[in-house]
Amino acid sequence: MKSSVITFPGSNCDRDIDVALNKFGFKNKMVWHDDNELPKSDLVVLPGGFSYGDYLRCGSMASKSKIMKSVINFAKSGGLVMGICNGFQILVETGLVPGVLLRNKYLEFICKNVFVKVDNKENPFFKNLDKDVFEFHIAHNEGNYFCTNDQLKEIEDNNQVAVYYCDNNGKTSENFNPNGSTSNIAGVFNKEKNVLGMMPHPERMIDQCLSGEDGSIFFKNLINNIK
Amino acid sequence: MLVNEKVAIEHGLKAEEYKKICELLKRTPNITELGIFSAMWNEHCSYKSSRLHLKKLPTSGKKVIQGPGENAGVIDIEDGDAIVFKIESHNHPSFIEPYQGAATGVGGIMRDVFTMGARPIANLNSIHFGSPQNKKTKNLLRGVVHGIGGYGNCMGVPTIAGQTSFDSSYNGNILVNAMTLGLVKKDKIFYSKAAGLDKPVIYVGSKTGRDGIHGASMASASFDEKIEEKKPTVQVGDPFTEKLLLEACLELMAGDSIIAIQDMGAAGLTSSSIEMASKGNLGIEINLNKVPCRETKMSPYEIMLSESQERMLIVLENGKEEMAKKIFDKWNLDFAVIGKTTNTKNIELFFDNEMVANIPVNILVENSPMYDRKWKKSKLPKKNKIKKEILNKLKIKDILKKILSSPNICSKEWIWQQYDHTVMGDTIQKPGGDSGVVRVHGTNKAVAASVDSSAVYCWAHPPTGGKQVVAESWRNLISVGANPIAITNCLNFGSPENEESMGEFVECVEGIGEASKYLNFPVVSGNVSFYNQTKEVGIKPTPSIGGVGLIKDYQKMVTMDFKKNDNLILLIGKTEGHINQSLFARMILDEKNGPPPEVNLFNEKNNGESLLSLIDKGYIKSAHDISLGGILTALSKMCIKGNKGIKLKKSKNLISQIEYFFAEDQGRYIVEIEPKDLKEVSKILDKNSVHHEELGIIIDNQMIIDEKTIVTIDELKSYNTSWLTNYMSS
Repeated sequence: MKSSVITFPGSNCDRDIDVALNKFGFKNKMVWHDDNELPKSDLVVLPGGFSYGDYLRCGSMASKSKIMKSVINFAKSGGLVMGICNGFQILVETGLVPGVLLRNKYLEFICKNVFVKVDNKENPFFKNLDKDVFEFHIAHNEGNYFCTNDQLKEIEDNNQVAVYYCDNNGKTSENFNPNGSTSNIAGVFNKEKNVLGMMPHPERMIDQCLSGEDGSIFFKNLINNIK
Repeated sequence: MLVNEKVAIEHGLKAEEYKKICELLKRTPNITELGIFSAMWNEHCSYKSSRLHLKKLPTSGKKVIQGPGENAGVIDIEDGDAIVFKIESHNHPSFIEPYQGAATGVGGIMRDVFTMGARPIANLNSIHFGSPQNKKTKNLLRGVVHGIGGYGNCMGVPTIAGQTSFDSSYNGNILVNAMTLGLVKKDKIFYSKAAGLDKPVIYVGSKTGRDGIHGASMASASFDEKIEEKKPTVQVGDPFTEKLLLEACLELMAGDSIIAIQDMGAAGLTSSSIEMASKGNLGIEINLNKVPCRETKMSPYEIMLSESQERMLIVLENGKEEMAKKIFDKWNLDFAVIGKTTNTKNIELFFDNEMVANIPVNILVENSPMYDRKWKKSKLPKKNKIKKEILNKLKIKDILKKILSSPNICSKEWIWQQYDHTVMGDTIQKPGGDSGVVRVHGTNKAVAASVDSSAVYCWAHPPTGGKQVVAESWRNLISVGANPIAITNCLNFGSPENEESMGEFVECVEGIGEASKYLNFPVVSGNVSFYNQTKEVGIKPTPSIGGVGLIKDYQKMVTMDFKKNDNLILLIGKTEGHINQSLFARMILDEKNGPPPEVNLFNEKNNGESLLSLIDKGYIKSAHDISLGGILTALSKMCIKGNKGIKLKKSKNLISQIEYFFAEDQGRYIVEIEPKDLKEVSKILDKNSVHHEELGIIIDNQMIIDEKTIVTIDELKSYNTSWLTNYMSS
């Protein structure tokens, strides 16, 4: 299975996701933001970091990068695209996934483990997962997901919420909402469910020695789904 | 502008220093030259008050590849790998403008590390604030934490450990010390020594602006009521540009075109160009019109003294300019050939086709002033005997509650949760432990690092305090299973022109030297920050020690959380009941007199090495060094982290229970072992003559101190976790 990770100026989780993808069997290529063409890929990942220093608005400048034209075409033709953290912010800016990401409610960067509940498994990312609650890691300053009530209804009606922040039993409540996100939303799909944007970093949970192993479960399942 | 003694004094030079400049030059300097002298000869850059004493520190050893004198120190971690590391202060700017001051402190130290070819893999910091009641403290703390996070997080380098303290002596002068570790291949280390004639001198990175002019001079003076006016001397950081600069430099460094490279830190283009020339025993010629400027009409004086961030100076091999430029173009960074190396041994600056400065490099460097300042020797304070009746009136649970919820002991999670500590995917011990630990990417090795200071001990008796900080750093590394290798120090003191402050400096350095020599824990890099004083009030002497150690097999790393019910808890090291200068004495009894705990280096070494061998054999399930707050504080933290309780045995020790639990005797650790291993562990410790005793066993839910004193783990947690969060949100 082939994957591509886009490096924007200021990306800083590009190596981490490269390590994770390779560890679980992807043949990953790093792709420079200024390139025109995506290599042949089964999965494209927009990594975390601070593309363009988060200046102007997180993800906005990166969403206009040269390579993004190809990424958008790839997504529109059904290719799998995943944006993590800053990658999610970029996806939001391209309009591939709905909503926006505001500054965290308490105006502070948050780096910690959180639990998220997988809401919908009828998609290539989560299909066949044998559990619903995952412990992932977040590290962001602008992860406060926001959308209008109409949008929220549409997103929920279309089963576009990918993951919710919750407690270790999968209970979603404001107490387990780290950043003020609307309805505890931690990640969303596009309508077709081939584009996933989420704040948590599964690539930081791929080793017992790190924060945990739930990322390993996610990636192993993902490559099997794509095969 | 006319230069005379008055102008020189306004530049922070002394009258006699100005006289010396005129003599050495055999003429009056022009204003640009005077600016250059003031930048090179201030305390921050010249170490004029400290050099004499720093020479006494042990700086070499089998594992030392590079000691002090370069951008950072370098140690060997085997298999061709090396760690580059250094700690540096950014105290003065952080007080004036906490966000930018702290941010550029972090940016500056990372640049020092990647200048040497190393990719930064971990950041640490030691930050000290005034009393929580002081009206400035909260905003300063918030600004500093945001600044450290803002820069480090954007760079994608994990902040893995740190230290935060509060003391009224920092009311007018906070301390922000930032440390970075980088990883490099031993044969790909880059140095700042220029070599060869007519080699192109290249400027890369951000453009030069008017920010930070005279930053280093500002950091070489005490504060007064007009300090707010100094805001323009604080640099403004741009971590995004630094991230690009890091990647571009490492890309260029993969080849072999660089002869020398030096970051533009304190005193900007002035110190970087002069240091490269001085080390290479060469001259350097710069055309200032070629320097990329952010603002119009910048004068040679401003260009030379600007401390704009994220800039580097490189001496390149001839003919490599095009290739190098391509890399910097790719990363959207400025790249300009601004001069060349020469055989004149002078620094020659040109602007609008005129020579605007011409100074022999050796005058600026070797002839820079060095002072043997007067200093006062300290006396070991007499023991302050605490009456038994006073102790007997106190309840252990009350004391524990107060200590665990005190500003200096409470959990600092509010702080480190704002730092990305997991990016790069190798952090295997997060903040909140004895040391932060990161794996050496793609290997079985890991590097541990800790940063420590004990201002109270240093204040009470500087030589003992100096020794103690080094010993504590050593213990923090051992507690996670790392072999301590070397240290970096950041020496924060008051004015060297004050005999008492100077004495504190001299004697702390003496103590640091003695301990690092004995423990074979040499000093490979560091920085001195004097003039941490406002008017006549100086800070408590605060040397911060950053220690680095190696864990050969990261699976053997130890953490402090209690692991399993029925496991035994041992105390390693002897408890004499030293209460003077303890947190208990100062906080609960309000007693501030007496000597700090004695540091017995033989015991430190013996206890530490014995523990390391037990860890290596796999006997140790958890470990924690005992420091501020004594045994009961250390046990509480192990319970909280592991979500486990402990049933304590009745101590056979003859001293009172309170002294036993809260004394701060040195050289001690708490460890967890399995009951089956007790015999073997005792045998090894006995053989090495290491004092040890059984403290208790691990149970669920509660800490049973004696029949009458029981504290639940939830209580311990609530004592420990609430203070800082409440303080910051109140």
